[in-house]
Amino acid sequence: MIGLLVLHLLIAGVMPMLGRRFGSKSLLFGALAPAAAFIYAVVVAPEVMAGSALITEHSWVPGIGLSIRFALDGFALVMVGIVSFVGVLILVYARGYMSDDKSAGRFGAYLVAFAGSMLGLVTADDLLMIFVFWELTSITSYMLIGLEDHRAEARAAALQALLVTGLGGLAMLGGLVIIGQEAGTTSMSTIVANPPQGMAVSIGVGLVLVGAFTKSAQIPFHFWLPGAMAAPTPVSAYLHSATMVKAGVFLIARLAPAFAITVGYWRPVVIGVGLLTMLLGGYRAFRQTDMKLLLAYGTVSQLGFMVALFGAGVVRLAVAGTVLLIAHTLFKAALFLITGVVDHQFHTRDLRKLHHVARRMPWLAAAAVVAAGSMAGVPLLFGFIAKEEALAAALDPATGTAMAAIVGLVAGSALTVAYSIRFVVGAFFSAADEEPELAAVTRGGLALTAPVAVLTVLTLVFGLFPGLLDGLVTAADDSLYPGLERLQLAVWHGFNLALGLSLTALLTGWLLWRVPGLWERLGSVTGRLPAASRVYIRSLAGLNWLADRVTGALQNGSLPIYIGTILLTTIGLAAPNLGQAWTVPPDLVWALNPMQAGVVALVIVGAIGTARAEDRLSAVLWLGTVGYGVAVLMVLQGAPDVALTQMLVETMLVVIFVLVLRHLPRRFDRMPWKARQTTRVAIATGVGLFASLAAFLAAAQRPLRDVSDEMVRLAVPEGGGANVVNVILTDFRALDTLGEITVVAVAAMGVIALVRAGMPENREGLVELERDNQ
Amino acid sequence: MSRLDSLILATLVRTIVRLALVFSLFLLFTGHNAPGGGFVGGLVASIALVISFVSRGPAIVTRFGPLTPEIILGVGLTVAALTGIGGWVWGEHFLETAKTTFTVPVVGPVAFTTALPFDIGVYLVVFGLAASILNTLGRVEEDDSL
Repeated sequence: MIGLLVLHLLIAGVMPMLGRRFGSKSLLFGALAPAAAFIYAVVVAPEVMAGSALITEHSWVPGIGLSIRFALDGFALVMVGIVSFVGVLILVYARGYMSDDKSAGRFGAYLVAFAGSMLGLVTADDLLMIFVFWELTSITSYMLIGLEDHRAEARAAALQALLVTGLGGLAMLGGLVIIGQEAGTTSMSTIVANPPQGMAVSIGVGLVLVGAFTKSAQIPFHFWLPGAMAAPTPVSAYLHSATMVKAGVFLIARLAPAFAITVGYWRPVVIGVGLLTMLLGGYRAFRQTDMKLLLAYGTVSQLGFMVALFGAGVVRLAVAGTVLLIAHTLFKAALFLITGVVDHQFHTRDLRKLHHVARRMPWLAAAAVVAAGSMAGVPLLFGFIAKEEALAAALDPATGTAMAAIVGLVAGSALTVAYSIRFVVGAFFSAADEEPELAAVTRGGLALTAPVAVLTVLTLVFGLFPGLLDGLVTAADDSLYPGLERLQLAVWHGFNLALGLSLTALLTGWLLWRVPGLWERLGSVTGRLPAASRVYIRSLAGLNWLADRVTGALQNGSLPIYIGTILLTTIGLAAPNLGQAWTVPPDLVWALNPMQAGVVALVIVGAIGTARAEDRLSAVLWLGTVGYGVAVLMVLQGAPDVALTQMLVETMLVVIFVLVLRHLPRRFDRMPWKARQTTRVAIATGVGLFASLAAFLAAAQRPLRDVSDEMVRLAVPEGGGANVVNVILTDFRALDTLGEITVVAVAAMGVIALVRAGMPENREGLVELERDNQ
Repeated sequence: MSRLDSLILATLVRTIVRLALVFSLFLLFTGHNAPGGGFVGGLVASIALVISFVSRGPAIVTRFGPLTPEIILGVGLTVAALTGIGGWVWGEHFLETAKTTFTVPVVGPVAFTTALPFDIGVYLVVFGLAASILNTLGRVEEDDSL
């Protein structure tokens, strides 16, 4: 498992380089990563389906019980299969889709990195690791939505997706920590097998649900998904329909068996949100004219469906959910890829502009009919099996499904039928509203068509022979609800109520589509309702306004005020604690030798000189005296390393001061008012007194002397060096050093960015950018 | 304006800079057993840069072949981090020091610890920081003098 993740990481790492050299051909190499994952899944499938989850465990931070733990059980196997299989198809497809794109390498890198993150997410068995992979998918999604980073729209959409899913991720982290604390373990499988209970757990589960809802675009967080359609179509097909958006569904499916009953609000909330999302998504999808947006809202709707099915926490409904999960992946990915082909060949995705595309591309139209038929739940296609399973399970009194839920399910299915018909007819079988202006049609290459064909054929095969998936679906739901008997998926269950409802949905959907001008009229009614995306934009603007105000109040640009604030805060926070350590050092010696006293006198003179200096240059030189004096003190105390460092930093400071001074007036300003000067003197005296007192008292407080003795003792045997200071830096406290040099690097970037932002050429660039965006 | 136009000084500065660079390497390599180390060595090298910056004017852009200061900084950080990961792979803990002694012809036995590559990383980061800030400031000075 870890090997596969490392492989993804490595391939993602070399993709930009390959992309520069081989262009979009490099994407075929990138496909090796998900291909390896798929092969692995196929190889281990028999073992996993026999009921034994594959567990990989490495201790990570044993001190706090953290471990790297992956568990590949039946349900994870389904997800791994989806992620890797669709991943291969998408990368092959992208090779044709991005054939003349320079960003192919970058695209491939993000896509492979995403595939790896997703793989980690579905197999991780540790709450914190789930969170890490969860966030990684959010970040790669952000990168991919904003791939065309010269477009302001793409950048805004990327940011929106990141903020919404990031906010959810934050809530989820809080929830996972609470659940982990209450359960006393961070192992997902242990928690699900033995769920904790209580008020805190209820809150934790609620927070995790918020995370799942944002990721899977459930109401009221659904709006980021249509926005994410700014990404290239292969990305939409992969992340925003087949895999990433299913992460929330996946998490709900995992948690439902444990918490659907014990957490009181679970069922009404999860099923309610799922069904509402299904209805709203379906209704919105029906109104779209852009093929991608239609599919995006369709995805929102189907995700709601899955959330409701898995969220019920009942095994029969979860089985239907699993079938839907697979079916949806096949038909929705196919539909997106078909949209991509249409867009690629005709340079439009507008249902009103496309003119009888079926005449030009009969095979593509056939694939679209199959995929959309599956989405609508037409018999003999895979989607029908999923819908039949769902309806049959909901109607089964044993599952205790409420009447309202069944009505919602049928209504949602009817809307699905309506927008499916609209999609196929609008894109392939209708005349354009205006005079058609079609671009020159070239034949889509094999790379574009083969993935569509594979997905379509699978939809047909599984639709006709659903029994092929019996074992996989059984294993998946057995890992969620242990003790499941082997299922038998079938096309024909006889004339029953479920079939009747299915047909009702089909008929109602067709009628909805037939009512002329219905979606235009609906649009004019609902356009006035507040949209969630508007709330997002308002709150973002509000946040910016608040940040401006706060910054304006705190960062007023006066250096004396900044320094004064810092100094006074230090004293204010630390001074009260001095009282607790009110002891005079027992063995107090004022000076070890005359040399020390002399140097200290020099430092004092330097300090006074600095304060009294009239012009800036002499102040700097006086200050230098203080610094070098302290360095000499260090030498006398036998700390050559510290002295050396002090000396060098002092030198650097003097040089930099001199460089800066050339831009400042030679003399200090006269103090405008007496009061201000008094304040400064007071602050300076206070800080001086405080620092001296603190040093004096600290000398009496050495309870942990043995730590330094220990370090001196271990320097040579453990660190292999006679210079204790260096051994501390490079071995005992090396992690601190690593942290510090990271900070140094970050600071360097900050300095460069700040200085360069003010330079003329960049100012012009910014103005241009703003003009472009208007 | 900041140029110190004097042949003697320019020659002197060049010598000092070279000496300082050599000294900085000396500090880097002896640092594990005597005063010095990556941080101090990097500071000395940075001061060498600052001195040449002051004497030759802000127009000099510090580049070392294809290496920009930012790359040097990044390489330093990577080297240090990789040393840490090495401790993981070959030892037990992140950043654990490994020691070995080998014999170099003529020189004799040489003790080597992985603290050295780590320190080299620190050295490069400090040096890269100074060089990149000087480059950036240098460009600003150029703009001001126009």
